[in-house]
Amino acid sequence: MRLFKYMVVGFMFGFGMWKLEAISFYRIIEMFHFQSFHMYGIIISGVTLGLIITQLFKKGKVKTIQGIVHEFNDKDKTWWRYIIGGIIFGMGWALTGVCSGMMFVLMGSGYTVFAIFIASAMLGTFSYGYFRKALPH
Amino acid sequence: MYEYWEQIHAFISQPWPWWMGGITIGSTLFLLLYFGKEFGLSANLRIMCAADGAGDYADFFNFDWGKQGWNLMVALGAMFGGYIAANYFGGDGTAHISQQAVNTLNQIAGSDVLSYGHVPIVPGSDVIHTEIDPFWNLYSWGSLFTLRGLIIIVGGGFLIGFGSRYAGGCTSGHAISGLADLQAPSLVAVIGFFTGGLIMTWLILPYILRIPF
Repeated sequence: MRLFKYMVVGFMFGFGMWKLEAISFYRIIEMFHFQSFHMYGIIISGVTLGLIITQLFKKGKVKTIQGIVHEFNDKDKTWWRYIIGGIIFGMGWALTGVCSGMMFVLMGSGYTVFAIFIASAMLGTFSYGYFRKALPH
Repeated sequence: MYEYWEQIHAFISQPWPWWMGGITIGSTLFLLLYFGKEFGLSANLRIMCAADGAGDYADFFNFDWGKQGWNLMVALGAMFGGYIAANYFGGDGTAHISQQAVNTLNQIAGSDVLSYGHVPIVPGSDVIHTEIDPFWNLYSWGSLFTLRGLIIIVGGGFLIGFGSRYAGGCTSGHAISGLADLQAPSLVAVIGFFTGGLIMTWLILPYILRIPF
């Protein structure tokens, strides 16, 4: 039951992403060709609302279920990892039309070949962990 | 009672406008913060590696992954969400992309296989009620045994897994959580996502899709 609430959150997110067509390869191609506002609208409205919510939590106006002010960790101020890692991720995103959240949604919706996609993504994450010390951050 | 259900079902089943993205993403972010967690789905890949014993090979996977079980539950919930949405609230099962996007896709395919208003929601036919031209039948087990399908499924997965950990987050961790927290590194990462996406979409993807085998 303690963990069940997270499944409900995930359910809402996955359901919404499907109905918003954010899981669609065609929507991703359309976005990178700047041929519709749809995907940008999703991101912009999500970030705008997210910004307000984050500020409410940061200023302690809303406390967590444990009754404490949520602590946000600042991300490390190094740059190479965000530039190179970001470009690699972006290339993967546009190659399959799927990001790391949508792969679970698609897998669940019946496109079981995404088991292979997820396994390959795990291999990618493992490779990063393995070669981490040799990579510029 | 049944009549009301029919109406609700029809209402939810229609395509959602973009601003529903704000509500969906906003409520996801709100609830996770309220539970004292942070939104970031690619972290699950690291958790799954660690749970499979990757810690024996790299210190990066030596962390208390048992405490991260909640995030796996989010992913599991997302799978159920996709299942219910696709099978019970799928509507007409199409992606409502613009006419220009349809033209671009047909240009890539080299023939008019897609028509405006009738584009299947994803390029795959494993889910029974979708019919699709072989050119766009990418998300299927059969496609895995073609070179272009292999590149798209296996290659795409690898890049996502490698890139998201290298960048320290993905679309949810950086583009949503990070930007909402005004983190400069997240903005750099998101610019990276779009740079990589544009390079792939414009310069590489059309050639991969046109591989005839």
